[in-house]
Amino acid sequence: MTDPKIPAITINDLSIHFGSGDELVKAVDHVSFTVPAQQSFGLVGESGSGKSTILRALAGLNTHCDGQMLLEGESLQSARSKAFYKKVQMVFQDPYASLHPRHTIDKILAEPLAIHGFKNTEQRIAKVMEQVALPNKFRFRYPHQLSGGQRQRVAIARALILEPKILLLDEPTSALDVSIQAEILNLLNQLREELSLTYILVSHDLAVVSYMCEQIAVMQHGKLVELLQVDQQGKTDAKDPYTLQLNLASKGYDRAVIEQFIDHD
Amino acid sequence: MTYIGNNNDHLLEVKNLNVEFPSVHGSVHAVRDISFKMGHEKIAIVGESGSGKSQTGRAILGLSPGNVTAEKLFFDGVDLQGLSARDYREIRGKRISMVMQDPKYSLNPVMTVGKQMIEACQIQMKVSKKQAISRCIEMLEAVRIRNPQRVFNTYPHEVSGGMGQRIMIAMMLLSSPDLLIADEPTSALDVTVQLQVLAIMDDLVKERGMGLILISHDLPLVASFCDRILVMYAGRIVEELEASKLDQAQHPYTKGLLSCLPNNAIKGQPIATLQRQDSWLDGTLNAQGKLI
Ligand SMILES: Nc1ncnc2c1ncn2[C@@H]1O[C@H](COP(=O)(O)OP(=O)(O)OP(=O)(O)O)[C@@H](O)[C@H]1O
Ligand SMILES: Nc1ncnc2c1ncn2[C@@H]1O[C@H](COP(=O)(O)OP(=O)(O)OP(=O)(O)O)[C@@H](O)[C@H]1O
Ligand SMILES: [Mg+2]
Ligand SMILES: [Mg+2]
Repeated sequence: MTDPKIPAITINDLSIHFGSGDELVKAVDHVSFTVPAQQSFGLVGESGSGKSTILRALAGLNTHCDGQMLLEGESLQSARSKAFYKKVQMVFQDPYASLHPRHTIDKILAEPLAIHGFKNTEQRIAKVMEQVALPNKFRFRYPHQLSGGQRQRVAIARALILEPKILLLDEPTSALDVSIQAEILNLLNQLREELSLTYILVSHDLAVVSYMCEQIAVMQHGKLVELLQVDQQGKTDAKDPYTLQLNLASKGYDRAVIEQFIDHD
Repeated sequence: MTYIGNNNDHLLEVKNLNVEFPSVHGSVHAVRDISFKMGHEKIAIVGESGSGKSQTGRAILGLSPGNVTAEKLFFDGVDLQGLSARDYREIRGKRISMVMQDPKYSLNPVMTVGKQMIEACQIQMKVSKKQAISRCIEMLEAVRIRNPQRVFNTYPHEVSGGMGQRIMIAMMLLSSPDLLIADEPTSALDVTVQLQVLAIMDDLVKERGMGLILISHDLPLVASFCDRILVMYAGRIVEELEASKLDQAQHPYTKGLLSCLPNNAIKGQPIATLQRQDSWLDGTLNAQGKLI
């Protein structure tokens, strides 16, 4: 067991840039936050504000970054070890792109087990398929033969199958209907409790992050504009004008409200 | 400017549409006897994952990989089933556009975003390259892409999820279609940009008489944005409602969906889930809202 007092993840002054000159993008601009062990940490904000880039950097998929990332108190080196991926798994925003198109679901789920030398493959596949509410018959289909939501559940199953301690979840339920979303969110909460997991959850759905998370970081233009504590009732005390605008926008389509939006540049 | 047309003149008429995927393991009947008519309005299709929403959209566009049959599939007086492949292509893209559910998958990964947009624009609108560029930039700005010039030169893997979705929407609106089928078009957008993008579509419906089919999982959003909602379950339309009356839904599946919203959940307690009933598999509602 790891010491629960050591934060699961610490990000210190992280900056990630793409391109140069006129086309320079400060995708992540001096961001710092700490995710205590066994916490669920929400990341919300503007489209293109750097949320996925942060998760990808943690997962070792962005090598050119400035600043520091610590996993359970230890600095992450640019090449991630096999042990790292046993501990940390990511569910990508774009499930279609992250599932091998020529592999059956069965093969997609068996592969990480083989890489990490797990035995009882059959049992584990059956178990995660049940956890994400996918009927067994889907095991022998290819990704293009599934609906969007079914593909997303395969992506979640693939992350869960290695029983990681930390899950980086990029919009895990935005492709799911609300009934399947409810089942997946309940499953994530139940697993977190049973297995003491830590989550970073990216979502644009404020109701989802307020329900799931203890803290929420709000991002805009690569910067962390506000860090919110979520109370027992799922309420936050937002002050930043951009966060307030997000809260307003989440109440549904209202033309008068939209006209009032300002670009917080 | 408001579109003054007869709202009852049917832009799209679908009668008993079926989509089936034959296979050695038994066929998958993805869409079962779907019928609906729509005018120059905003209709939403909501429903269970795998219930056939995307396949319905693709079938209308003539792009379903399955076996499609229908008693009627009429678009603006044109019998879509009678079209040659060439005539269908002509309608597709120019008069009916679809924003696909997986935006990045629909983009060519080895071609810059700008090049793809210009190509699409020139095919759809028969304009010069210069005109195409300015039209594309204009559309990217309309969907709130902050730096269209930069995005023009990027490859699909270099844009964020929400930017990818907005690029697809911009591309589908280049030629101002008469019918837009938008499959989860805003699921990766933050809520402010989401509303702004919907407002663009709303303008096209109100000012130019476009018809919009919005496929979405976001019940509160479609209730506040659309005119009508079709609820699908296991390949069928199980209920049809006026959007503003979603809270008066009769079908147990629709009611169940509403109870699963995280908005109503209490932190620390499980969210209500749905107990699916076998009777919903073939259940439709009669005029009194009773299951038949
Ligand atoms: N490989 C890359 N090359 C160039 N630019 C990139 C690359 N990856 C990301 N970017 C840019 O970095 C910025 C942040 O992207 P990111 O995917 O992190 O946003 P996001 O917050 O996840 O947005 P969304 O909510 O839309 O998914 C965007 O402007 C994007 O274009
Ligand atoms: N090529 C295919 N071969 C066999 N079955 C398929 C194929 N494509 C789709 N299906 C099945 O057809 C059904 C309907 O799929 P569709 O993509 O229309 O669902 P959907 O309602 O859009 O779901 P979601 O909300 O998850 O996107 C699903 O059960 C799916 O598994
Ligand atoms: Mg993202
Ligand atoms: Mg779909």
